[in-house]
Amino acid sequence: MEKLVEKYFRPRLPHIWCPGCGNGIVTGAIVKAIDKLGLNQDETVIVSGIGCSSRASGYLNFDTVHSAHGRALPVATGVKLSEPRLNVIVVTGDGDSTAIGGNHFIHAARRNINLTVVLYNNNIYGMTGGQYSPLTPSHSIATTAPYGTLERPFDVPELAKAAGATFVARSTAFHTQLLVDVIAQGIAHDGFSLIEAVTQCPIYNGRQNKLGDAPTMMKWQRDHAVNVEAAKKMTPEQLAGKFLIGVLHKSEAPEYTKQYDDLVIANAQKGAK
Amino acid sequence: MAKVLLMQGNQACAEGAIAAGVKFFAGYPITPSTEIAESLAKRLPQVGGKFIQMEDEIASMAAIIGASLTGKKVLTATSGPGFSLKQELIGYAAITETPVVIANVQRVGPSTGQPTAAAQGDVMQARWGTHGDHPIIALTPASVPECFSLTIKAYEMSEKYRVPVIFLMDEVIGHMREKIELPDYSEVKQPCRKAPAAPSADYQAYKPDQDLVPPMAAFGQGYRYHVTGLVHDETGFPNGSPAATAKLLKRLHEKIENHLDDIVLYEEYRLEDADTAIIAYGGTARSAYAAIDMAREQGIKAGMFRMITMWPFPDKQIAKLATKVKNIVVAEMNYGQVVGEVKRVVEGKAPVKLVAKYDSDPISPKELLQVLGGR
Ligand code: SF4
Repeated sequence: MEKLVEKYFRPRLPHIWCPGCGNGIVTGAIVKAIDKLGLNQDETVIVSGIGCSSRASGYLNFDTVHSAHGRALPVATGVKLSEPRLNVIVVTGDGDSTAIGGNHFIHAARRNINLTVVLYNNNIYGMTGGQYSPLTPSHSIATTAPYGTLERPFDVPELAKAAGATFVARSTAFHTQLLVDVIAQGIAHDGFSLIEAVTQCPIYNGRQNKLGDAPTMMKWQRDHAVNVEAAKKMTPEQLAGKFLIGVLHKSEAPEYTKQYDDLVIANAQKGAK
Repeated sequence: MAKVLLMQGNQACAEGAIAAGVKFFAGYPITPSTEIAESLAKRLPQVGGKFIQMEDEIASMAAIIGASLTGKKVLTATSGPGFSLKQELIGYAAITETPVVIANVQRVGPSTGQPTAAAQGDVMQARWGTHGDHPIIALTPASVPECFSLTIKAYEMSEKYRVPVIFLMDEVIGHMREKIELPDYSEVKQPCRKAPAAPSADYQAYKPDQDLVPPMAAFGQGYRYHVTGLVHDETGFPNGSPAATAKLLKRLHEKIENHLDDIVLYEEYRLEDADTAIIAYGGTARSAYAAIDMAREQGIKAGMFRMITMWPFPDKQIAKLATKVKNIVVAEMNYGQVVGEVKRVVEGKAPVKLVAKYDSDPISPKELLQVLGGR
C-alpha cells in the first residue's frame, strides 16, 4: 500500500476525515482498482461533488475536480463527452448524488455514458453535521429528524438499474477486497457503472443512532451484507433485514460517447459534404 | 469566401461560436434562446464538436465547465429562468477561472414572465447573479452581424482572462432577422487560452503571470492538477486563511480591472456635437439610432453612447461623456437598471433621465424622439 500511496496520493496527507471514518478505506479501494487495471494516470480524471467523501478528489494524484454540491455527474459528463479518451471516475456521497444531484444521477444512468460512479453511502450528511439524507434508514435519528425520519430510503442499485445503468454493484468498507474488485469491474465496463460503497460515519450517524464505534459499525456491515451469489440459496426469512453485495446488475447497451461518434458525427459529416 | 445570408440573431450567435472554434455545447431548451441550441445541434457535429441536451439548466452549466477543463471552447444558452438556475456554477467558473460563455437571451421576468416578449431586465443578474464577490464580463450585441462578431469577442475575452463571459442578448436581437456577411471561418483568428510549459512536478495551476492570469493546462495532458470551488492558493488546493482568501479575490478582480481598455467596448453614434446623449444597448439601441436620425433632421443635437461591454461598466467613458453633453437619457426595457450605474458614474455632472419600458413591447423610435423634444 505504501507504494500505492506514493504513486496515487498527493503529498497532502493527513486527510480531514474523522478517526474511524470509512471514507479512507473506500478511497483506498478506488486507488487499488485503478492500479489493478493499470490505468494511465495522466488520462484518468476524478470528479467529485461536495461532502465528506467528495474531498477525496483533493488527495488523489490525477486531474481532479472538486465541483459543486450535487453536480459531479454533469461535470463528469462534460469531461467525458468532450474528451472520450479519458477515464472518468466520479466520487460522490449519498446526499450529493441522490438528493441535490438525484436528477443528474438518473439521467447519467439513462444515457449510459462511460462513467464510473463510486457512491460512498454513510447514510447521513456528515460534513454539515448529521442531517438525514435520502439514504438514511426510516426512523433513524438525525439532527433534522430528532424524532426519527419518516422518509423511506432509496435502494440506490435498484434506482440506478431502473434508470438504465448497465453495471451496478455494492460492497462495504468491511468487504474491501470485493469493493476493489467491483470498482475495477465498473471501470472496465463500457457504460455507466454505479458502485455503492456502504461506509461508516461513526461521528454523526453512529453517535446519533447509538450504532457504536467504527469497528462495531463495520461488524454490522459484515453481519448484514450477503453476497448476491450466496443469497440465491437463501430463503426470504434468512434474507430479512440483510442487504446484497456483489455485482447486482449487468446489461449491454450502446455507450453514449461511442454512439455519438458513430451516429451523430458520422451522419452530420456525411450530410455536410 | 464570404457568404451573404439572411439570419436570425440567435443563429448568428451560434455561427459566431462555430467560427470561434467552439467544440462543446450543453443546454436545456428555453424560449427565446432555443434557436442557438437548435443551430448548434446541427452545426457542431459537422465540425467534430459535441452537442448535448442536458436534463436541466444546472447540468448544462456543469457540463460546459467539465468540457472546458479538457481544453475546449464551450457554450451554453438560456433565458431568464434558466439563467437564474445556472448562477451557482457561474460562480464556480469564476473562482476556478474556467473559461465559459453563457448566452442569455433576455425575456420578461421575474419568474416565467413573458417567454416571447422583449426585456432587458437581467442586467444586474448578469453582474451579481451568483453569490459572493466576483468578476464578470458581459457583452451586449445590437444587430445580427454583431451577434456573430461579438460572440467571437466573447471567446477572446473568456479565454484570455479565464473568466465567465455573459453574452447578454435580448429577444429583439435574438429573433430579429437581418442580412449578414459571414467570413470564411478559416480566416477567423481562433481565440485560445494561455497554456503552461510542459508538465513538471512544480506546476502550480493558479500561479498567475504578470497579467494576473494563470496559464491553464487541459485535463489529460499530464499536469494532474486540482480544481476546486473552495478558496485556494496558487497550488490550487484549498486554503481558507484570510491572507489566501484576500489574495485570490483581489487577483480575480484585478485581472479584469487592469485590462479595462482591452475589455470595455462601446460605440459613439453622432455624439460629436450632441447636447443630449442617449445611453442604450441591445434592442433598444436600434430604436435610438432611428430616433437620433429623426431628431437631427429636426435640428435637435442628439447622439448615442451604445454600450457593448455591459460589465465591467464603462465608468471612465460615461464620466467623460457627462462633461461633454447637457443631458443624458438612459433608455432600457426594464424598470431601471443601467440608469443607477450611470447616475453613480455621472456624479451629478449632468442630469440623467430614464426612459424605462417594461410592458413587454420594445421602446419605439417615436417614444425616444418625444423624449428628445422632437415630433
Ligand atoms: S463526519 Fe462522518 S463521514 Fe464525515 S469524515 Fe467524519 S466520520 Fe467520515
